[in-house]
Amino acid sequence: MKIKVIVTLKNGVLDPQGKAIQQTLNGMNFNSVTEVRQGKFFEINVNEDNETKAKLNVEEMCKKLLANLVIEDYKII
Amino acid sequence: MKSSVIIFPGSNCDRDMDVALNKYGFKNQMVWHNDQFIPKSDLIVLPGGFSYGDYLRCGSIASKSKIIKSVVDFANSGGLVLGICNGFQILTETGLLPGILLQNKYLNFICKNVFVKVKDKKNKYFKNLKKDILELHIAHNEGNFFCTQQELKALEDNNQIAITYCDSDGLENNENNPNGAIKNIAGIFNKNKNVLGMMPHPERMIDNYLSGEDGSLFFENLLGNLR
Repeated sequence: MKIKVIVTLKNGVLDPQGKAIQQTLNGMNFNSVTEVRQGKFFEINVNEDNETKAKLNVEEMCKKLLANLVIEDYKII
Repeated sequence: MKSSVIIFPGSNCDRDMDVALNKYGFKNQMVWHNDQFIPKSDLIVLPGGFSYGDYLRCGSIASKSKIIKSVVDFANSGGLVLGICNGFQILTETGLLPGILLQNKYLNFICKNVFVKVKDKKNKYFKNLKKDILELHIAHNEGNFFCTQQELKALEDNNQIAITYCDSDGLENNENNPNGAIKNIAGIFNKNKNVLGMMPHPERMIDNYLSGEDGSLFFENLLGNLR
């Protein structure tokens, strides 16, 4: 089973890459862009048929490795 | 006094650290990350570099390597653990130190000499140090120290801030903050002050001809405090 995870920076945490991307987009005349936040996307194949169990397992992975909860939030989709 | 430097895939300051430790009288040994046990040591050093290519987050993969359990046990039993640069990043990812090192505020890799102010001398690392301001070298892309407000308050309340970026007179302000770190923080202790993580590289300042010798002061003083 494939589980997808999105890790994003928490609100208020400085994201200089996102800022640089936003400024570049503005420079390319995408003037409506007011903010860009950059994150990470994971696709995880787990050998498990039960979706609830698989997601619980992935949640542990998020807490222990994939995200640093001081600065990041994770979403399992 | 015996020291151990842990080598991770991608460490690149391990040999400099070995030279510095041996030069000032430590009997140093190199330890591979995939070993389980650390030989008897008075000091463990996690060196600078780019462990695992900085994949995922700097230090995150190294913080799960086989040797780390022994490092954490050593630290929890009061042993001295020093993390320089990537070593500092690894220490925050293990949870031995609070906070995290974010990408530098202005997105540039910084490689230059800086001045740092020693904020606390009631510890084995800086006790008896003759100077209050040291000139050391930094070389990093992720040195922007960040933590929650509660963590910052705890760091301040327990005098866990070890060194801060400043100018040659000790003035700490935005201008002297190279990477955007909260409160100009360049290095912190754990609560018991046996674990120290810092971005500057003292091992790069041990030769009067090539650099400066404020790193020498640091190592000589540390050895003196351990004897």
